[in-house]
Amino acid sequence: MQTRLLNKNEDNIMKNNIIITQSATLWAIACFTLLAVISTTLHAETSQQKGLRIAREADARDAGFQDFTADMTMILTNRAGKTSVRKMRIKTLEVPGDGDKSLSYFDSPADVKGTTMLTHSHGLKPDDQWLYLPALKRVKRINSRNKSGPFMGSEFAFEDLGSQEVEKYTYNYLREEPCGNGWTCHVIERKPAYKYSGYSRQVGWIDTKEYRPVKIEFYDRKGSKLKTLLSSGYKEYIGRYWRPSKMHMQNHQTGKSTTLTWTNYTFQNGLTPRDFNQNAIKRR
Amino acid sequence: MGATETLVSKKYINWILKKRWRVLLLSILAVLVLISGARFLKFDNDYRAFFDGTNPHLLAFETLQATYTKNDNVLLVLAPRDKNVFTPQTLKAVKDATEKAWQTPYSLRVDSITNFQHTYSKGDELTVTDLVDDPASLSAADLQAIKTIAVQEPLLVRRLISPEAHVTAINITVELPGKEQNEVPDVAASVRALAQYIETSYPDIEVYLSGIVMMNNAFPEASKYDMSHLTPLSYLVILVILLLLLRSFSGVASTLILLTLAIVGAMGFAGWAGYPLTSPLLSVPVIVMTLGVADSVHILSNWRQEMQQGRDKVSAMAESLRINTGPVFLTSITTAIGFMSLNFSDAPPFRALGNVAAVGVMIAWFLSMTLLPALVTLLPTRTKPSAADRPESMQWLSNFVIRYRQSLLWGMGLLIIGLLAFIPKNQLNDIFVEYFDERVAFRTDTDFIVDNLTGVYFIDFSLDSRDQGVSSPKFQQDVEKLAQWLRTQPEVLHVNTFTDIMKRLNKNMHGDDPAWYKLPADKNLAAQYLLLYEMSLPYGLDLNNQIDINKQSTRLSATLKTIDTERFLELEKRIYEWMKLNTPDILTYGSSPGVMFANIGHMNIRSMLKGTFIALIVISLLLIVALRSVRYGLLSLIPNLVPAGMAFGLWGIVNGNVGLSLSVVAAMTLGIVVDDTVHFMSKYLRAKREKGLHSEAAIHYAFSTVGVALLVTSIALVAGFLVLATSSFELNSSMGLMVSIVISFALIVDFFFLPPLMLTIDKWLNGHANPSTKQK
Repeated sequence: MQTRLLNKNEDNIMKNNIIITQSATLWAIACFTLLAVISTTLHAETSQQKGLRIAREADARDAGFQDFTADMTMILTNRAGKTSVRKMRIKTLEVPGDGDKSLSYFDSPADVKGTTMLTHSHGLKPDDQWLYLPALKRVKRINSRNKSGPFMGSEFAFEDLGSQEVEKYTYNYLREEPCGNGWTCHVIERKPAYKYSGYSRQVGWIDTKEYRPVKIEFYDRKGSKLKTLLSSGYKEYIGRYWRPSKMHMQNHQTGKSTTLTWTNYTFQNGLTPRDFNQNAIKRR
Repeated sequence: MGATETLVSKKYINWILKKRWRVLLLSILAVLVLISGARFLKFDNDYRAFFDGTNPHLLAFETLQATYTKNDNVLLVLAPRDKNVFTPQTLKAVKDATEKAWQTPYSLRVDSITNFQHTYSKGDELTVTDLVDDPASLSAADLQAIKTIAVQEPLLVRRLISPEAHVTAINITVELPGKEQNEVPDVAASVRALAQYIETSYPDIEVYLSGIVMMNNAFPEASKYDMSHLTPLSYLVILVILLLLLRSFSGVASTLILLTLAIVGAMGFAGWAGYPLTSPLLSVPVIVMTLGVADSVHILSNWRQEMQQGRDKVSAMAESLRINTGPVFLTSITTAIGFMSLNFSDAPPFRALGNVAAVGVMIAWFLSMTLLPALVTLLPTRTKPSAADRPESMQWLSNFVIRYRQSLLWGMGLLIIGLLAFIPKNQLNDIFVEYFDERVAFRTDTDFIVDNLTGVYFIDFSLDSRDQGVSSPKFQQDVEKLAQWLRTQPEVLHVNTFTDIMKRLNKNMHGDDPAWYKLPADKNLAAQYLLLYEMSLPYGLDLNNQIDINKQSTRLSATLKTIDTERFLELEKRIYEWMKLNTPDILTYGSSPGVMFANIGHMNIRSMLKGTFIALIVISLLLIVALRSVRYGLLSLIPNLVPAGMAFGLWGIVNGNVGLSLSVVAAMTLGIVVDDTVHFMSKYLRAKREKGLHSEAAIHYAFSTVGVALLVTSIALVAGFLVLATSSFELNSSMGLMVSIVISFALIVDFFFLPPLMLTIDKWLNGHANPSTKQK
C-alpha cells in the first residue's frame, strides 16, 4: 500500500519534470534526485517504526466492527495423544480508545456449564474480570495481574486470546517473505510491554494484503521457543473483517497442543455496554 | 586328541616366533579395528540407563509423566546463616533467584515461597497473587503474616519451606527434550552459576543443589573423577607388581602395552555394541587391567625362569608358551564366562559391563598369545643365568598344610560354615542417593537438604476418577482420605494433593471463613472453583502438573524420608493394601524412580542367582573336561563356590547391605576364583598322573609349582580390585571391595581347605580309576 502511494507521487513528479524541461539530461538528474529522496525516506523509517506502523494499520483495519459473537470449540491434546473438548460462546464489544469488552459463556464440560466470564480489557493496566459461578449463584471479581496462565487448561494463555491493543507491545519489523496460500507476509517481532507477560517476545507473520495474522511464534522468558500458533480458514465478514475458523497452538516444550474452531460469526448485532456489565453476566 | 593338540600348538608357537614382526603388526591391527568403535561411545547421564525400555516400573512412570508433566527437577535450597528465611534480605534473594531460575535451560516452571499463588477474598473479590511481591516494603508484621501463611500451607511446608522456617527451596521443573547429550550438563551448569550468583550477591546465604537433574549429572561426574583417579592408580599398582615380579624392562613394557590395547580394544567393542557409557561400564579399564595381567605374568615368569636356566630368549619363549597355552586359555575363558553371566542382570549397565569385560579378557588372552611373545622377544633383554627361585616358603606351607590337615579341615570347615550362616544377615538395601559418596557434591548437598528441609524420594500416584471427573465430591474425599492417611505414615514427609487447593478455594469463596476450609460438596461448584482458579494463574504455575487435560485424574505426590529398598517395598505394599481396603475406587500402584530402583534390586538378585547357576554349570563342565575327571570336577565346586559364600557371610557381619552391584559379584568372581582351583588341581593331578606321585607328594608338588604364582596373582587381583573400591561411585566401590574379599577367601580355601579335603577324600576321588590312568 505504501509502495503504491509512492509510485503515484513519482508519476506525478515525473510528468511535471517532462513538461517543464523536456530535457533528457535534466530528466535523468531529476530521476536520480528522486530516487535518492525516496530511499532516504525509506531509510528514515526505522524497523521499530515500520513494525509499529504495520501494527497500527492492522488495528485500524479491524476497527469499526462494533461487536461480534461466535461459537468456539476447543480441543486439547496431551503428549500421550489423549484429547479433551471444551465449548463456549463468545461476545465481544468494541470500545474505542480502550480494550474490548468480552463475555464468554461456557457450554461444556457439563460441570462448568453456565459459568460466564466478563472481561474489560485495558491495554497495559490489569484487566477487570468477573466470573459468574452458577453453582454458587454469585458473581466473583477476580483480582489478578496474571494473564499468562493457561486458558481452561489449554495451550492458549489468556493473553493470547485477549484483545490485542497496539500499546501492549513494542514492535520491530524483521522482513517480508512468502507465507503459504500464495500470500506474502510482514514478519514482525513484538515484545510485551506488560510486566507480567509470560513471554519474552513473539514473532508474527501478517499477510501484506489484508493484515491477517497467519502465524505467531511465542518465546518464553528464557528466550526458548515455546509455542507456535497457526491460524487458518480465514473468512471475510460483512465485506471487511477477516476472522480465522481454525487456530492451532502447538507447545514445543511439552508436546501438548490445542485447536480452536470458530463458527457462527455474526457482526454488528447492536450490542451495547449494558450487555457487558456485571448484571449482564447473571442474565445469561 | 591330546597329541594333535600339542602338534598344532607347537606349529603355532614356531610360526609366531618366526614371523614376529608380522604377528606384532597383525595383532595390533586387529585390535585397532575394535578400537575404532570408540568413536560411538557416549555418556548416558540419566538414571533411566539402569532400566530396560520394557521395565514395567519405568513404563508406568513414563506414562504418568506423559499424562501430567515431567518430574525432572533441580532443587535449589537457600540456607540463610541467621536461620530465618523471613527477613527482607533473604526474601529478596529468594525472589531474585526465582526470577533468574526461569532462565534455566528447558525449564517449564519454577516454584518458590515468593511466587506461591496466594489466594484470599474480600467480599465478592478473589485475589490471586504472589505470596511475596516486594520484599523491601515488608514490615515486621507483614513478614510474620507471610511466615504464618507459608509454614501453615500444606503445599509448601516440608517441600519449599522448613517448619522452623530456617531453609527454603526453589524447585525448577525441567523438560529435557532428550535430543542432545549436553542437556543435563547444561542445566547443571546454569543452576550452578545461579547458586554462585546468589552466594556472591547475598553472602549470608548458602546454596545447596539437588534433584533428579543434579543426580543424573552426578553419574558422569563421578565417572570422570574415577577415570582421572582410578585408572592411573591401577596402572601404578600393576606397574609395581610387574616390576617386583618380572624384573625385566621389556616384560613390563610389553605387558603395559598389551593391557592398554586390551582396555581400549574392550572400550572400542563397547562402542561397536552401542553401549552407552555408564558408571558400571567405566569400571572396565580397572577390571580388564587387573584380570589381563595374570596371563602375561604366567607366560613371562616361565619365560624368565627358562632363560635363567640358560636358554636364549626365543626358545625360552617357545617353552613357556608350550607350558602355558592350555591353562591360560582355560582361565581366560572361564573368567569370560563368569562375566558373561551378567547378561542375566535386569540392569543394562551390568550386562554391558559383563560383555565388555569378557571381551577385554579375551583380547588380553589373544594378545598374550600373539603380541606379547613377539614383542618381548624383539626387545633387548638381559638375563643372567642364575639359580631358579626356590620357593622355600611354599615348601614350608605345604608341610604345614599336610601336617595339620585334620585341624585345618575341621577348623576351616567350621569357619566356612560359620561365615555361611551369616549370609541371611544381608539385607537388600539400595539407597540410590548413596550411590555417590561424600566426594560428590550432589551427595553432600542432598544430605543437607534431607536433614533440613525435605526428602528426595517420592512416590507418585495417578488417581483416576473413573469418569466421575476430578471435581466429583466422592473422588475428592477419597483423594483427601488417602492424603491424610499418608501424612500419618512415619516415612512420609510431605503430600502434595490438589484437594488442599480445593479446600482453600472453598474457604476463599466463603469470605475466608476457616469453617469452610473443607472440600466443596457439589461437583459443579468444585469444577467452577477450579475454572476460576486456573484463569487466575500465571505462566508456568498452572495445574497441568497435577490434573490431566480431561480433568479425569490427578497426580498425588508423597515425598519420603531416605529409606532403604526393603522399607520402600514394604511401604509401597502397605499403601496398596490400605487403598484396597479404604479407597478401592482410586486403587493404583505408585510409581517413581525410587519404586523403580527398589524393584530392580529385587529382580536383579533373583535373575543373577539364575545367571550364577548357569555359569557354574558351564564352568564345572569345562573343569571336568580339563581335569579329565568327573569327581575332581565335582570337588572343584567347593573351592569355586565357597569363597563367594564366605565373603557374603563376612559382609553380613560387618555391613549387611546388599544392593544392585553386589548381586552381580558372585557370578563375576566365579570365573576368577576358578583360576586358582584350575592351577592347583591340574598341577596336583599332573603330579599324580604323569609323575606317579602319591597324594601327599602331589600336594607338595602343586604348592611348589604354582603356590607362588597363585599368591602373586591373587595379590595383584586384590590390589587391582581394591583400586576399584576407592571409586566415588558406590556401585563400583562396593563391587571392588567385595571382589577383593572373595579372591582373598579363594586363596585361603585353595591353600588351607582344598588340600586337606583332597587328602581326606582321596579314596573317593580315586576310588574308580579315572580315564587317564586307565589309558596308561
